[in-house]
Order: sequence, then structure tokens, then C-alpha cells
Amino acid sequence: MKMLRNLKSRLRIAAATAAILLGLAPASAQIGDADRGAEVYNKQCKSCHMLGEDARNRVGPHLNGLFGRKAASIEGYRYSKDMQRAGADGLVWQAEQLDVYVTKPQALVTGTRMSFRGIKDSEKRADLIAFLRAYSDSPQDIPEAAPTADPTEHDVDPAILAIVGDPEYGEYLSGECTTCHQASGADQGIPSITGWPQEDFVVVMQAYKSKARPHPVMRMIAGRLSDEEIAGLAAYFEGVE
Amino acid sequence: MKLNRRTFIGTAAAATAALYAPNVLSQAAGRVVVIGGGTGGATAARYLAKDSKGALDVTLIEPTRTYYTCFFSNLYIGGFRDFASIGHNYGKLVSEYGVNVVHDWATGVDRDAKTVALAGGGSVPYDRLVISPGIDFVDGAVPGWDLSAQNTMPHAYKAGSQTQLLKSQLESMPEGGVFAMVAPPNPFRCPPGPYERICMAAHLLKEKNPTAKIMVIDPKPKFSKQALFQEGWDTHYSGMIEWIGPDFGGDKVEVRPDSMEVVVDGEAMKVDACNVIPKQKAGRIAELAGVTNDAGWAPVVPATFQSKADENIHVLGDASQQGDMPKSGFSANSQAKVAANAIRGALTGSKVFPAKFANTCWSLIDTNDGVKVGASYEATEEKVAKTDGFISQTGEDAALRKQTYEESLGWYAGITTDMFG
Ligand SMILES: Cc1cc2nc3c(=O)[nH]c(=O)nc-3n(C[C@H](O)[C@H](O)[C@H](O)COP(=O)(O)OP(=O)(O)OC[C@H]3O[C@@H](n4cnc5c(N)ncnc54)[C@H](O)[C@@H]3O)c2cc1C
Ligand code: HEC
Ligand code: HEC
Repeated sequence: MKMLRNLKSRLRIAAATAAILLGLAPASAQIGDADRGAEVYNKQCKSCHMLGEDARNRVGPHLNGLFGRKAASIEGYRYSKDMQRAGADGLVWQAEQLDVYVTKPQALVTGTRMSFRGIKDSEKRADLIAFLRAYSDSPQDIPEAAPTADPTEHDVDPAILAIVGDPEYGEYLSGECTTCHQASGADQGIPSITGWPQEDFVVVMQAYKSKARPHPVMRMIAGRLSDEEIAGLAAYFEGVE
Repeated sequence: MKLNRRTFIGTAAAATAALYAPNVLSQAAGRVVVIGGGTGGATAARYLAKDSKGALDVTLIEPTRTYYTCFFSNLYIGGFRDFASIGHNYGKLVSEYGVNVVHDWATGVDRDAKTVALAGGGSVPYDRLVISPGIDFVDGAVPGWDLSAQNTMPHAYKAGSQTQLLKSQLESMPEGGVFAMVAPPNPFRCPPGPYERICMAAHLLKEKNPTAKIMVIDPKPKFSKQALFQEGWDTHYSGMIEWIGPDFGGDKVEVRPDSMEVVVDGEAMKVDACNVIPKQKAGRIAELAGVTNDAGWAPVVPATFQSKADENIHVLGDASQQGDMPKSGFSANSQAKVAANAIRGALTGSKVFPAKFANTCWSLIDTNDGVKVGASYEATEEKVAKTDGFISQTGEDAALRKQTYEESLGWYAGITTDMFG
């Protein structure tokens, strides 16, 4: 429940996040400028993370060798429960995962302890990723594509978040969910999904649907839900306490 | 009616039935009778009552007062659950959802009169009937075994005292003794069930009787999650388990309960404990209702789970023949919700939403070593067809396996609440 409050208080949907999650804007396809990325890193990450030869874990884990590194895999660092879950699920840091995480950490890992409001500017993210990549031995190739000049391109497709969910349909569909997620909100072994703000719910479901989140069961389940169905579920579960 | 509902639980079956006979008290838009308070039946009864908000009169006929889930009964054998934790009662279905629970056996269905006969006498009328009776065993499927042998060679494929018996037989095996399982042919309830049971038996024996041997005599050339199970047998229970497939006579088996012998391909062996899981068919009441086919299962219309023989009857769970879904508790629960929605629509005019089905089956291999397999399904014209799926991989790390096991605990809590409230 604590993590849920975390999410509620911190997760305000960024337009860019939704765009990426929905696969509208392959921002990771941009080739960033590592020099400019160093500036972004110094301003936005360095207060909590370390990189380079003597890097230690600080507020956050060190970020050496990040590409291809499994989430929550640095020994001796105490990760949040949800980051550990994501790691066990098979979340591996590559350009795409980093892009989603840095845009809005909670979209990828609901209860992450990284309190960071996110970088909305896709160009800055691409620069940052190019910079981080230099500290990895075997970074996955960043796909070739022209940098996006127009940042407004990453504005959310307002249609998706604007869909007004039908809670009656949501209630019917929720039958599929309550086989695993308890309607009481109990979260033993499987997280609670009741009482979430609708937008947060939609973003997280879209993150499974787009396969940004690794869990195979939820990918399958979200994968066959339409945007209207997700909206209906979000409307229904918001009201379940 | 409210007052009566309360008293049903405690009343003798005959009295209950008598109360039903003149069903003029009911103001409801329709009467739905559910035979079998297991996974499919309990879920259907709860959803029908919950979603119709009193518009439907829902009666559940189930002989036992405590339903022991087959799921997690293997974990009880392995020592991961206590027996009480897999037992559930019908109290909330009555008190919170207003389901009329009748503790009796259904002995017949008069499809023209639309009534269900009860063992205790009397009959219950319905507008729609749901049959979810689970499985029964095919007589003579394993030569030498019939139901009268179940106290010597338990099937433990309906959970309860059978499961307790099997566990106590395993516990009292002599040092270095032999446990044999006769596995069933397809199709059967819970495809990974026998093999998870082997893991749990091995876990139990490894602690108490590490030189004991386990033999699986199997008519099938391959089985569910085989690579995962065999990997688990190698890593956790090395040298304990021998699997005898049809290439080595696994399909030519006979048992002798009196002398505790198993005969494989003509060769008799003395064993110390024996679990016979015979070939299966739909629970007998489905046959009595005349909705089963030659193979012993009840064919259904994919989108609604209506019997192909009678549109006023829906057959759920293991008993149904629907297409690609495995016979599992998850499947039965999923089907029940689709059927409940269809029944409610037909009787009350409520909106009927498109059918969606899913299944996930977790299996426990050893402490904190869980695996899963699952799929989603849709109703096509001719069958319930698989659309997508996933399965755990061999070689997964310990953190993922532990997490998978923990998910199964969450699922158990979720599905049993979904069934019984
Ligand atoms: C060892 C084992 C492990 C399993 N593990 C899993 C698992 O991990 N996950 C999973 O999803 N599934 C699992 N299953 C499968 C699951 O238990 C079944 O598929 C599921 O119970 C089927 O539901 P059902 O409603 O068809 O039948 P059941 O749940 O068996 O319910 C049938 C009910 O009908 C009643 N009944 C029968 N005849 C009559 C009658 N004439 N009148 C009135 N009542 C009657 C019975 O008393 C019973 O309560 C397992 C099964 C076994 C044996
Ligand atoms: C306020 C402190 C803070 C800031 C600023 C911050 N992080 Fe983090 N970061 C954390 C913490 C704490 C964690 C551990 C998260 C958890 O366990 O849920 C973390 C985890 C991570 C991880 C996961 C590492 C792993 O081992 O799985 C990555 C990647 C990451 N941060 C990248 C960044 C980047 C890039 C920036 C700058 C854009 C940044 N962080 C800014 C605190 C911070
Ligand atoms: C088979 C079991 C199962 C079913 C059915 C299921 N889920 Fe999940 N769900 C899970 C598991 C396990 C997780 C944790 C996944 C992870 O680690 O990312 C999860 C995670 C989630 C999350 C993210 C929770 C968080 O804290 O990050 C949401 C939201 C969610 N599910 C919604 C749903 C909805 C909506 C449905 C029904 C349409 C549904 N689930 C059906 C098992 C299930």
C-alpha cells in the first residue's frame, strides 16, 4: 500500500511517457550526442548516481556497465521490492528500457524508490542514453534514425487518455483479473490494483501492452485488451477500495 | 425467501427439496440451478448472484460442506500447505450473495420438465441449468483397479480424504521403498498435476526417506511442462525418479491392489505406495443429463458454454469439451464467468459482453522453485481457440522461480476468493 501511495503522489502522467509507451514515438531510435548527454547526466542524475572508475553505490546504484545489465543486479545495493520484482521478471537495461524509465520511472516500475520526476524532452533523453552507453562494455546498438527535431511530436495522443471508461464493461472484464488480483486489495505475491488513479492504471497497462514491462502473464493479458477495455478497467478498479 | 435461505444450509436435504417443489415464492426473473460447488460451479453461482443483484434466484447443489481444492493439494503432500488451508465452505455464498446452497447429490435431470432430482428426494426446477461436476474415472481403464481399490491405491484426483491417504502412505513407506504412479492418458484434469505431484512426493521423501524410489508409469510419450519437470527432477531429486513412457511399456500397465503389485509390460513389481490416476470422463451427472458424447465429455458452444445437446444447460470446467483450454481450475473459473454473463443476459436482458478466456497453471518443483504455463483463448465458431501463450523456461534463475512460486500463492488467494467470496 505504501508503494501505491508513492505512485499516486508521484505519477503524474507525462505526455511523452504515454507516447513512448504507446509506441507512437520511438524516441530510443534517436542517436543522441554523448557530450550534451554528459551535461544532462551532471544536472539530473549525478546527485544520486556514480559512473566511472571509482563509482560506488550512493542514493542510487552505480551505473557502470548499465547496458545489458539486469535491473536490480548490483550486489550490496538495497533495491525497492518492485525493482527487484522487475529484475526477476527479466527487465534488462537497454536503450529502450532506459528511455521509458527516465521519462517516468513509475511507468516502468510502479513502486521504484528513484524519486525523479522524469525528462520529457526526448532529445535530452537520447543524449543522456548516448552518454551512459559509453560506460558500458557491450551496449546494444542504438538503432539508426534521424534525431527528432520537433519535441511536440511526443505529445500524448490525447485520445487514449481521454477515453471515458465504461465501468460496467470494466466490471465484467475485471472477472479476468480477480482470479489473480484480489478485489480486497491484498497484495500477497501479486500486486494490488484497486483504488489507483485511472491515468496511472492506463499508463501501466499500456506499458505491459507495448512490452516495455517484461512480465509474460501481464503482457499477454494487456496485449489483447483494447484501449476502451483498459479504460473501462481503470474506471472500475479506481472505485474498488 | 430470505429466511429460508439461511435455514437451507443446516436443513436435511429432503426438507430442503420439499421447500423447493412449489417454487411460487420466487419473484425472480429466472431460476438458475448449479450442480457442483467446485471451481466452475461456485464461481458461476457467485457471479450470477452478485451481478444480477437479486434478479436471479440461484441454487447451488453440492453434497459436501467443505470443498477441498485439488489445486495446492499436491503442495499439501509436499508439506507446503496444511490440510485445513485448502478447505473452503459455502457460508459467504449464502450470507453475502444470497445463493441457496443445497447440500445434496443431484441424481438426474429431466430436461423436458426442466427439473433436477435430488438424492434426498424432491426436485428443483430451473430456467437455466449449470453443470460443473468435475470428473469421474472410466471403469476398467487400468486393469485391476476400480473404485473399490481406492483405499489401497488412491487416485487422490479429487481432493480430500484421498489426498490425506496418499500422503500418509508416502510417509509410512519403508526405508528405500518404492512409490509408483500410474499416470492418465489425455485428456485429463490438470495436465501438469501428476508431475507436480511427483515433485512433491519426492520432496517429502527426500526429507524423510532419501533412498526411496519413485516410478512414473505413463501411457503418454510426452507431458505438460516436461522439460521443466525433468530439469527439476535432475537438479533437486537426482537418482530418485524414473519415468517409464510408452516406449518402455508405460502404456501396458496392470495393478494388483491386494498384493500391492504393479505389472508393467508383463513384469510384476512389488511397490510400497501406489497412486493410480485412471482415464477420465465428465462427472456422471453430465452423462445422466444426456449431454455427453461417446468420448464421455460434454460438447459445448464456445461463446456461452451451452451444451450442444440442450440450450438450457451450460456445462463448465473439466466436464466440458470446448477446444484448446486445459482442464484446470483456472479454466473452469474463467469459463464460469463467461457463462454467468450469458445466462444473465438471456434471463434478465442484461448486456452480454464478448467471451474472453484465459488460463495459467503454476507448478511447484521444490522449495521456492515455481514454474508456470498459460494462454489466452477466444471463442470461434467451432471451438475455444488459443490466441497467445507463455511458459517458464529451463535454466531460469532462482529469483524468478521464487517469484513465480509467490505469484501462485497470490493466485490461490485470488481464485478461492473469486469462487467463495
Ligand atoms: C492434483 C491436482 C492439482 C491441480 N492443480 C491445479 C492448479 O494448480 N491450477 C489449476 O488451475 N487447476 C488445478 N487442478 C485442476 C482443478 O482442480 C480442476 O480442473 C477444477 O477443479 C475443475 O473444476 P470443476 O468445476 O470442473 O470441477 P470440481 O472443482 O471438481 O467441482 C465439481 C464439484 O461437483 C460436485 N458434484 C459432482 N457430482 C455431483 C452431483 N451429482 N450432484 C451435486 N454435486 C456434484 C463435486 O462434489 C465437486 O464439488 C488440479 C487438479 C488436481 C487433481
Ligand atoms: C533522487 C535520486 C536519484 C536521481 C536524481 C536519479 N536516480 Fe536513478 N535511482 C535512484 C534510486 C534510489 C534507484 C534505485 C531504485 C529502486 O530500487 O527502485 C535508482 C535506480 C536507477 C536505475 C536502475 C539501476 C539498476 O541497477 O537496476 C537506473 C538505470 C537509474 N536509476 C538511472 C538514472 C538516471 C539515468 C538518472 C538521471 C536521469 C537517475 N537515475 C536519477 C535514485 C536516483
Ligand atoms: C494470471 C494472474 C493474473 C491475472 C489474471 C491478471 N494479472 Fe495483473 N499482474 C499479475 C502479476 C503476477 C503481476 C506482477 C507483474 C510484474 O511483475 O510486472 C501483475 C501486475 C499488474 C499490474 C501492475 C501492478 C504494479 O504494482 O505494478 C496491473 C495494473 C495489473 N496487473 C492489472 C491487471 C488487470 C487489469 C487484469 C485483468 C484484465 C490483470 N492484471 C490480470 C498477475 C495477473
